[in-house]
Amino acid sequence: MGLLTIPPTDVLIQGILSGILMGFVYALIAAGLSLIFGLMEIVNFAHGEFLMLAMYTAFWMYALFALDPLLSVPICALVLFGVGVLVYYGIIGRILEGPMLAQIFATFGLGILLRAAAQFLWTPDFRQVPDAWVAGPVRLLGISLGLPLVVASLASLAAFAALSWFITRTETGVALEATAQDRQAAALMGINTDRMFALGWGIGGACVGVAGAFLTTFFYVFPDVGSTFGLLAYVAVALGGFGSIPGALVAGVIIGLIEVLAGLLIAPAFKYVAVFLLYLVVVLVRPQGLLGKF
Amino acid sequence: MRRSTLVLLGVLAVLALALPVVAQLPYHRDLVIKVLLFGMLAQAWNILAGYCGQISLGHAVFFGTGAYTSTVLQMQAGLNPWLGLLGGILLAVILSQVIGYPCFRLRGHYFAIATIAVGEIVQTLALNWEMIGAGRGLSLPIRPDSLAAFQFHRSKYPYYYIVLAFLLICLAISAWIERSRLGYYFRAIREDSEAAASVGIPVTRYKLIAMAFSAAFVAAGGTFYAQYVLFLDPESAMPLSLSILICLLAVVGGVGTLWGPLLGAAVLIPLSELTRVQFGGTGRAVDLMIYGALLTAVAVYQPAGLAGLLRRAWGR
Amino acid sequence: MALLTLTGVTKRFGGVVANHAISFQVSPGEIVGLIGPNGAGKSTLFDVVTGYYRPDAGRIAFAGHDLVGLRPDQVNRLGIGRTFQKLRPFREMTLLENVMVAVMQHTPLPAAARAEALTYLEFVGLAGKGDVHARNLSTGERKRLELARAMATRPRLLMLDEATGGVDQRTIPGLVALIGRLRERGLTLVVIEHNMRVIMALADRIVALHLGQVIAEGPPAEVVRDRRLVEAYLGGAYARGA
Repeated sequence: MGLLTIPPTDVLIQGILSGILMGFVYALIAAGLSLIFGLMEIVNFAHGEFLMLAMYTAFWMYALFALDPLLSVPICALVLFGVGVLVYYGIIGRILEGPMLAQIFATFGLGILLRAAAQFLWTPDFRQVPDAWVAGPVRLLGISLGLPLVVASLASLAAFAALSWFITRTETGVALEATAQDRQAAALMGINTDRMFALGWGIGGACVGVAGAFLTTFFYVFPDVGSTFGLLAYVAVALGGFGSIPGALVAGVIIGLIEVLAGLLIAPAFKYVAVFLLYLVVVLVRPQGLLGKF
Repeated sequence: MRRSTLVLLGVLAVLALALPVVAQLPYHRDLVIKVLLFGMLAQAWNILAGYCGQISLGHAVFFGTGAYTSTVLQMQAGLNPWLGLLGGILLAVILSQVIGYPCFRLRGHYFAIATIAVGEIVQTLALNWEMIGAGRGLSLPIRPDSLAAFQFHRSKYPYYYIVLAFLLICLAISAWIERSRLGYYFRAIREDSEAAASVGIPVTRYKLIAMAFSAAFVAAGGTFYAQYVLFLDPESAMPLSLSILICLLAVVGGVGTLWGPLLGAAVLIPLSELTRVQFGGTGRAVDLMIYGALLTAVAVYQPAGLAGLLRRAWGR
Repeated sequence: MALLTLTGVTKRFGGVVANHAISFQVSPGEIVGLIGPNGAGKSTLFDVVTGYYRPDAGRIAFAGHDLVGLRPDQVNRLGIGRTFQKLRPFREMTLLENVMVAVMQHTPLPAAARAEALTYLEFVGLAGKGDVHARNLSTGERKRLELARAMATRPRLLMLDEATGGVDQRTIPGLVALIGRLRERGLTLVVIEHNMRVIMALADRIVALHLGQVIAEGPPAEVVRDRRLVEAYLGGAYARGA
């Protein structure tokens, strides 16, 4: 411990590349979280479990209907959109003005419930999709990378771009952003803030839905799978700036890189220590994050 | 105090003293000890979160600090575990100040996530630190029964009385805090820290004080746990699940009150034992489902928890 | 010898200059009215003086102390109390407890603090409501509570942000009389107000802000005739004798 071990160059480059690629996936997961926080200053402590639900959805589509995860992408997006909206109307809407305790534990409890329900319904067994359409390695610039990772990464980037386009170029998206900037002003302009919030939760869910479907092509699916992703997402949102979608992209990539580099240079056990240390440094030194508004 | 309260306390006192005689089975005795220990941990968390409004999701780090400090000092320096207890408390309090000082300027959600981050970092470090046994853990040397050695084997009843005493001290100090200026300042900070500052309260200083009390009791619980179980590893002494359990008991029981956390422990821990018996292998998940659902329900509908429900039923 | 002196106080938020080179003094025993249209920077100035924001430039001196860089609780313990425009009572505490929190700065023991808190509640006319929870108060009652709480820290200077904003019209004269009685107790006051009748009744001097700068200063009768102020803020309504 404490000694840096420099791996061979090609391993290092492969690590860096896969870290960046994974970072795009993290960015998509974080984008949903950031959107929600930007709208109403609430952290969805069940975000990791939303991802877990998305992954199980893709898995069961495969196990029951032989649907490849790639085909399940729209299904997962829709299902998680619905979950997000449901959670908003069922839970969040009631605690918007509540005490900090209620805001934190409402989603925290939901996360625990979802994780336990998954274990109860589907056992703690690790599941996987063994013969997805995307599988095997691909050579990029002479470096060998997993095709599922590359596909997931590019898809996440595309989804991210779609999200940004939606926010900046469509009327609904602009209204959403306006509500995030200034809730009162938006209401005065006739924007139905309640519906905007629900939409925010829906989109946040959809982002995770897309990410989850792609992750199923190369990750095991099990009840706890969301926890780590969730924690990384919080760090990404804080690093990028709560409420900043572009920030989530930058932060996602940074986290992907740090995770890989810490694992390679120090030890795999310390992958997440480095990421959490990063979180602490960021919120203490630059609370508004890299590109944030708060 | 009202007469009804005194009567209630009297009944509880009799129950408490008589319990070891009534609960003969080791299984029941262990359950009661667990309830009392977690009741104290939950109340300790309550001091920081319920009274002062700072939600920590990484409190297990203090439990582990207490447990490991007294154990390591005992094994490496032959220090008496009671002195080790004090050492663990001291170290935990210092750690709490180190964590709190930079982190208390974070707003609620950020602070909560920061405590998770600290907890994970410390647990990972502990898993890799050879001196304290790393992932393999530490087995405490078995000593003959004695209060001085803080170990009892023939009969476990002394453990019961010790943890009961710890709990009562924690409750007594909490009650004192509630009624003193500390309590008023904590509540003001919880309600509105900027308004609190406007009437002259040094907010960070008082948050740190709340943190210190909180950490001290959790650490004491850690040392007790080490002496009771006689085995320690990072997975059992400082996991995130422990932090979550502590919050859960306090929140469902009723934060901000003196009896809520203990009530939460008294209800939820036997409940989880019940579900484990009922559902066998998947019992672990059922009690977590109940926990999660209760936590959300309490947060949304009844922030005052079970204690709040009871208070309304009692008509106070 | 001035009690509070601001010299060139400037505060920026990103590209917006909320306060620009603001300078004025407040003498002991005075009531100074701070007026200006919405967005003129009045509340921000309060926040800067009481330590919630650090000024980007300028000096703030209070009774011989330099306030720049102090925390809000430190500013309060030096002798400046304040109320907030957006009322901030401790909602889950009773009125008595709200005031006790402030009283405890000087009187730490709860029993004595309770007795002293009652005197402040009496002063503001809320004596009978000590056990009511703060969240159950009307706006006018909340204003009085804020006043009692700010007074309870025994300040020398009291800064009131929107003393009568948003209250029922009928309760205004009572509030005005209350604020007048504060001066009799030896307090110096700086009061942000939009209601011109209140200001004219209370203030010894007026400082007028517009777009972050002082545009007029002086006795009320003079200031209201100042052309710049009339143009910026008062419009025709006051001039027509509303």
